[in-house]
Amino acid sequence: MNFSLSEEQNQIRDSIARFVQENYAFDQRNAVVAQEHGFSAQHWQQFAELGWLSIPFAEEHDGFGGGPVDTMVLMQEFGRGLVAEPYPATVLLFGGLLQEGASEAIKGEYIPKIIAGELQGAFAYLERQSRYVMTDIATTAAKQGNDWVLNGEKTVVLNGGAASKLIVAARTAGEQADESGITLFLVDAASDGIERTTYRMTDGQEAANITFNNVSAEAVIGSEGEGSTVMTPVVDAAKLAVCANALGAMESLNAQTLEYCKTREQFGVAIGSFQALQHRMVDTFSACENVKSLLYRAVCAAQDNGEDALRSLLALKVMVGRAGKLIGGEAIQLHGGMGMTNELSVGFYVKRLMIINTLFGDADYHQQLFAKLVNAPAEAASAAKAEAA
Amino acid sequence: MHTRLSEEDLAFQAEVREFLGEAWTSELAATCGNKATMKEGHEEWQRRLYKKGWMAPHWPVEHGGTDWTVTQSFIYNQERASAGAPEAIPFGVTMVASVIIAYGNDEQKAKFLPRILKSEDWWCQGYSEPGAGSDLASLKTRADLDGDEYVINGSKIWTTYAQHANWIFCLVRTDNSGRKQEGITFLLIDMKSPGVTVRPIDTIDSFHHLNEVHFDNVRVPVANRIGEEGKGWTYAKSLLVQERLSIAEVADSKRGLARLREEAREEVNGGRSLLDDPLFAKRLTDIEIELMALEFTELRALASIAEGKEPGPESSLLKLQGTEIQQAIQELRMDVAAYYSGTFQGDLSAQALGHDYAGAAQQSYFRGRASSIYGGSNEVQKNITAKYVLGL
Repeated sequence: MNFSLSEEQNQIRDSIARFVQENYAFDQRNAVVAQEHGFSAQHWQQFAELGWLSIPFAEEHDGFGGGPVDTMVLMQEFGRGLVAEPYPATVLLFGGLLQEGASEAIKGEYIPKIIAGELQGAFAYLERQSRYVMTDIATTAAKQGNDWVLNGEKTVVLNGGAASKLIVAARTAGEQADESGITLFLVDAASDGIERTTYRMTDGQEAANITFNNVSAEAVIGSEGEGSTVMTPVVDAAKLAVCANALGAMESLNAQTLEYCKTREQFGVAIGSFQALQHRMVDTFSACENVKSLLYRAVCAAQDNGEDALRSLLALKVMVGRAGKLIGGEAIQLHGGMGMTNELSVGFYVKRLMIINTLFGDADYHQQLFAKLVNAPAEAASAAKAEAA
Repeated sequence: MHTRLSEEDLAFQAEVREFLGEAWTSELAATCGNKATMKEGHEEWQRRLYKKGWMAPHWPVEHGGTDWTVTQSFIYNQERASAGAPEAIPFGVTMVASVIIAYGNDEQKAKFLPRILKSEDWWCQGYSEPGAGSDLASLKTRADLDGDEYVINGSKIWTTYAQHANWIFCLVRTDNSGRKQEGITFLLIDMKSPGVTVRPIDTIDSFHHLNEVHFDNVRVPVANRIGEEGKGWTYAKSLLVQERLSIAEVADSKRGLARLREEAREEVNGGRSLLDDPLFAKRLTDIEIELMALEFTELRALASIAEGKEPGPESSLLKLQGTEIQQAIQELRMDVAAYYSGTFQGDLSAQALGHDYAGAAQQSYFRGRASSIYGGSNEVQKNITAKYVLGL
């Protein structure tokens, strides 16, 4: 057992921390977010040169061959600086799905382009009616000759404006919310029949609603009807990664709030000397440590593909959602009127944490999945057996 | 970063399970669980631990400890708790022993440590006083030097198991002139000394564990003083850290929660198991998620101690969160017991009143109210965290 980072992981962390320090001061970040698509193409090239875009990919496709701990380190540091570049959308989701399910030919063609910073991608899974059930898909794909033709609408496609390629989850069989019968398609975003409406999320990132009107797909990713088996491990890995991102944001936000309470004076003393405020800051510190503990737990379990992997991932997503709201809410409150302004970055951190809560399903949704898992007689029995064995 | 168990760890786990299977018998569990025989029961359990060499795993090997790794300590504790076996009563082996090992002289080590290992002495802790609770440093019990003896006058309160103890470790005041943290001295006092009286305190859990201990001109040899006169606060503080780590009882809460789940599964309300009640499921899983986090907070603290570092800031949260979780489990178990949680169990067979766990649920609920008070109340823990961790 060991919770230390390797030499290589420390280097990744340090180099991202340096990047954040040099490029992500408050005004710099505002300038980045104001650019087209909400991020800096120049930063993206820098990520490519520094090798960050290669981290989760297999070595045979020019990747670094990193695991969950490497992704955690990177995403946590990105979270601290509220980095706006679309790493989760392009690398973790779009790239992750290619790596998990695409043919060797497609991997060989596209993964090196992602790593080189030449390709932006997005994963279009959500629909207006789906809420948090990722398999609730009404978009259809039907075979016409050799082509698959898509019809339907996808919503809140993160990085959906900048992406030149999309992976689209569509129904090819079964009922609307069935887990089977979903197929993933690689689609060129410039195809005929695609209409994109782009907009910004509250944290500045760009998303799109995309309609598909008889759009021909470029390729099937994974097997027909088996899209869920490709999506599940990729989305689970992305959940871990966004939770690491949330931890970085929480740590930064707590540090900013603490600093403010030590310097802001009222009634002739620093407001941090008031016990009512001190106890609230202990609560937010405590929430942040809980997130860190569950993140380490879930990352270690994912790395070993252990029995605890799903259980600790679900617990983590619940905790991140709840702790994010607590820490965000307290940060605004303890900053007083200044917490309401856009002159400080507090609000931007709060918004990022709120978006991470909803991403892939919020705390309540994940708690229901968690309860179903741990209360199932089989699970309880096998846990009891494992303890007694 | 990883949490894999090595081959050696797995072999150790098998050894622990084998030992527990043989040594922690249902007869012994019954003896420990009965109010009238708990002392004999715990002493017998501790003798079995001693025979195995596991009475004091955290001590240095030269004094009879083990050289377990962090992972092994963790495995032992998980297995012990999941078998339902208790920790050794902490006042001797965990608390006073850590002070004797760190600050005692050779004679004190030779005299007391072997007796603690063999459970020949039962220790209690003389810290709190009627006027010194969470504000421990306000203590007033006096020790006046008279030749080579101190003469002790004053009272200690909330002294757990003083009725069983033959030794008490005490903080006493030897000087009033400076800051209240100065002038405190750490003494070991024989409970059979003339002038020591123990009075039971009747508590809401109907179980005699708390006492008042009164000292009326009790003479204590200077040889029973730990370290220097007036330095007792420093020694006591090191012990408080140990105490707070052990109060968290993470592994025991895991077992308590698993048991609660199975009790709830059997409870049927309107034809539906309590586990399928969404409000109940929410409360149960709220606790479980917090506990899963705390388990790793503890592991993080242990791992950093093992690397020779001070435990990180996260360890200050263990007492706070550990006791909140214990109380949440106790409260939920009372709710599972429904009407029977309110039946006064007394000495009646619990079964006769409806639920075999209702009596235990009730006792641990009321007894458990103390956990957020002792070892420094949870509000004081927040003050400590704010001051020393957050720098406020």
